[in-house]
This record gives sequence, C-alpha cells and structure tokens, in this order.
Amino acid sequence: MSEPTHRSATLEALRDALRSRSLLLGSLILLFWILCALFGRHWTPHDPYADDLLATLAPPSLQHWFGTDQLGRDVFSRVIIGARDILIVAPLATLLGTVLGTALGLTIGYFRGPIDDIVSRVIEALQALPLVIVALMALAAVGTSNTSVICVIGFVFTPIIARTVRAATLAEVELDYVAAARVRGDGALAIMFIEILPNVLPVAIVEMTVRLGYAIFFVASLSFIGFGIQPPSADWGIAIAENYSLIGSYWWTILFDAAATASLIIGVNLVADGLGGVLERR
Amino acid sequence: MLKFLLKRALLSIITLAILSVFVFLGGQLLPGDVGRAVLGPLADARSVAAFNHQMGVDRPLLIQYWDWISHFVTGDMGRSFTFRAPVAPFIAEALVNSLKLAALAFVLVVPIGIGGGVYAALRAGSLADRGIIVIGQSLGIVPEFIASIVLILIFGVWLRWLPMSADWPEGAGALTQVRYLILPALPPVLIYFGYIARIARVGTVEALNADYTRTAVLKGLPWHTVLRRHVLRNALLPTITIAASLIGYLVGGLVVIEALFHYRGMGGLIYAAAKAKDFPMLEAGILTIGAIYALASLLADLLSSALNPRIRAGRL
Repeated sequence: MSEPTHRSATLEALRDALRSRSLLLGSLILLFWILCALFGRHWTPHDPYADDLLATLAPPSLQHWFGTDQLGRDVFSRVIIGARDILIVAPLATLLGTVLGTALGLTIGYFRGPIDDIVSRVIEALQALPLVIVALMALAAVGTSNTSVICVIGFVFTPIIARTVRAATLAEVELDYVAAARVRGDGALAIMFIEILPNVLPVAIVEMTVRLGYAIFFVASLSFIGFGIQPPSADWGIAIAENYSLIGSYWWTILFDAAATASLIIGVNLVADGLGGVLERR
Repeated sequence: MLKFLLKRALLSIITLAILSVFVFLGGQLLPGDVGRAVLGPLADARSVAAFNHQMGVDRPLLIQYWDWISHFVTGDMGRSFTFRAPVAPFIAEALVNSLKLAALAFVLVVPIGIGGGVYAALRAGSLADRGIIVIGQSLGIVPEFIASIVLILIFGVWLRWLPMSADWPEGAGALTQVRYLILPALPPVLIYFGYIARIARVGTVEALNADYTRTAVLKGLPWHTVLRRHVLRNALLPTITIAASLIGYLVGGLVVIEALFHYRGMGGLIYAAAKAKDFPMLEAGILTIGAIYALASLLADLLSSALNPRIRAGRL
C-alpha cells in the first residue's frame, strides 16, 4: 500500500517543481518583453520608425538581422519595441475587468435573490456569443482607439470574472465570520469589501492572470484585423496584417512578429499556470 | 426528460431575447447619426436626412426595436446599409459557407482529440501522455492568426501543397472545396485538440479506475471488449457533450480565420459588416450566431441526456 502513495507524493513534488519552473520561465519571458517595451528604444540597432526606401524588403542580413519591411524599416528594431502598446492595453483592460467583475460578483453573490437572477441571466446572454463578436460589435459602434479597446475588453471580461467571484462569494456567505459580522451590525458594504473580499481575492487574482493571457491573445487578434491598436505603432499584430499579403515571398516581415506574439502569450500563460498552482496549494 | 429539454429551450429563448436587446442597443451606440456615418462627412445634410428616413432610424427606439425584432423572427432581417439590399440572403449564403468549414474542422478535431485523449489515458503517467497534454495545452493558447500564418507558411508557401486562400474558383466541386478549406480548418483543430483530448483523457482514466471495469476484467471479458463496452462508452459521454457545444464557436466564432483566408462565412460577414459599419447586417449576423450557439448547447443537452441513462430516465 505504501508504494503507490510514495509514488504519488513524488509525482506531486515533481509537478510542484514543474509548476514553479513554469512560473519562473514565464516571468523571465514576460520581464524580457516588458524591459524591451520600456527601454528597447535605446537598444535597437536602427530607428524602428525610420523608413529607408532604398532598402525595402531586404532579407535578413548582418546589417538588418530580421530584414526590412515594405517601407525599409528594420524589422528587428520594430519587433523589439512591438510589445509597447499591447503591454499597456491588455493589462489595463484586464485590471478594469477584474475590478468591475469582482465588485459585481461580490454584490450578486452577497445579495442573491432577484438581483442575482437578473444579472446572471444578462451574463449568460452575453456569454452566448464568442467574445470576439461582442468586441467587434462594440468597437464598430464606439470606434477604435486604445481607450475604447481597453474599455470594451474590460467590459467583456467583467461578467466572466463576476461569475467566478460570485461562486466564491456564495461559499463565503455561508461561513460563521460573515454571520458574526452581521450580528455585530456591520453594513452590507463593509461586510462585502472588508470581510469577504480578502477571502475571495486569491480566486480573483488567479482569474486575472488567466484573463491577462486571454487579453493579450485578444488585443493581438483585434489589432491584426484592424480593430485594436492602430498604426503607426510597431505592434506585432499590425505588422503581421500589413505584411500579410507578402507572405509568399517575404516571410521575414511576418514570421518574427508572429513568434514574438506567441512567446509573449506563452509567457503569460506560464505565469498564470504557475501562480494558479501556487495559490491553489495555500 | 422532455420537461428538462423544454425548460432548457425556454431558457435559451429568454437568453436570445436579452441578447437581441443588447445587439439592438449596440447598434444605437454609433456616435452621431447613422446616415452621416454611412454616407461620410462630404454628403449633404438633405441626403443624410433622406437616408435616415428611408432606413427608419429617425423613429423612437422602442418602435425601431419592435419593428426590427418582429420582422427578424419571420426571416425579414432588414436591409444592408452597404449593399442597399435585404440582409437575409447574405446571411443564408454565409451560414452555408460557415457550416462547410465548421463541419470539416469538426470531423477533424473530434476524432483526433478523442484518439489522443484515450491514448494518453491508456498510458497515463508516461512520456507520451505528458507530451500529448503539454502539446495540446500549448497549441490551445496560440492565437488563431499566429497558427494560421505558420500553417500558411509551411503548407502554402514552402511546400505548396494547399491553396493559401479559401476563395475557391466559381463552380468548384466538393473535393476542390475541401482542398481549399483544409488550411482554414486546421487552426481551430490545433486550438481545440488539447481541450478535447484533456476531457477524453479524464473520462477514460476515471472509467479505467471504476469498479465496473474491474468487474468486467475479473469476469474474464477480453480487454478490447472491456475497453469498447465499459470504458469508452462511459468515458466519452462528457467529451461528446463538449464537442457538440464547440459547434457554435466553429460556425460563428472564426472571425479572424475567415478574415485571414478571405472566406465568406459568418465570421467573415461580421468582420466586413463591422468594418463598413453596416449595422443591420452586423445585428442580423450576431443574432444568427447567438441562435446557433443556443441550438448547439441544446444539442449538447439533448446528446448528453440521450446517451446518459440516468438523465434519460429522469432520475438526475
């Protein structure tokens, strides 16, 4: 009997190590792109925005490591600073969604009853569509700018986060400390935000890191189809969209931006996965 | 069971009704007036007013909503701003195209995902198991357009095996159409392979450890019979339910892929309508996708109740 338990304990430890390793690796990738976004401008070998019409679509060489694009801009320099806008838009959108979603989830989880029924129904209606469609509709209506993208993604995420926080709140409301606070005569707001919030916060934070991965995924996709970050930003999604028609002969104008986008998304997901594991164990 | 399904159907109708209000209000968010936005800043005020009157957008909101939704449910989906023609035929054509693409992606991803998941479960803990799960998870988080571009580069540009656009020549036969659809169908396959494999794996591992499987083995049934009759039948129930609910996404959610491959399905239609601010088209398209989502989840419920004897008997 002791053999299997011993093995599962080893497996558990192995998984933990892997989890924390994924957290470490993800953080490194994320840190790399954040540093590039902040200081990359000083490190790039060429001016990322300067065109050179005498050297358009040059293949990768010692002078231009990743080649040049249609306007002769250095692809390597643009890839390095390409995370700038997405690393502002996606986290802000996620933060907005988390704050609104947590407040909404706490409220409907605490009061239950008709408010919960109505809001839950509305949340379900919004989730009856792919997120990208909801976002497209909203962005077509209000127009595209960094601010509108942040707001739209934030609002789209709100019901999803609210749902998770609501479930956690429903479990907390049953516990003694909430009953005690009620007996003490604390107001509903105080109970929700002082007593319950700290206990549902880990859930909200894990949800937030997962959502951050989706937000980056989402902003990149929206930028690619022209509804996200707008030119002249060096954003990867835009670069891919601009050079997509050249994919047949000038692969370097696209491949590096695609790889950079993938690496950023994988990094964030590794962090979310690792963080989820760490918070789960506590 | 009938009661359960009726209740679910009623809930989806309520959901769709709420959705229709949102979609309608979304169309009203457009800053300034519709005629100005559609005709552009250079059009004169009189033609803008005439356009607004012709489209009926100068009436009170509630009347507009009622007018829209009451016609919508009878199949009259309004007139497109861009094409100055009824929306319904465009939606019908896009829906047929989307169903083709969705069907191809579906018949690729479900067997591959289930196969991968069951294979992983039978070798639980092995390197192959770990590999399938990790690869599936990693593929699942890559955005569709990145996966598409890598696939286009490999199969369209370097190997030249497959056409890079889904726009097949006029009058192409079914086989040619499939050839044009393989590349656009692959990204959702890659994205959902891991998801389906994971669920199939969990179900299979559970069934392998269940008492009825041990009983079946101990009473001397051949292993493949145990696998087929006891393990897989129980294991694949949740997987099939999940797969059915994927249909909604495959028909209506492939906006980026359809835009990328110049495919005229629902996603491509929504994308074009959003670009042109063609709100009647956009609203009709979105509501159609909502209806397909509702149908897909009803289908999932129906399947799981038909396959699960406990729900079928009304005991659950």
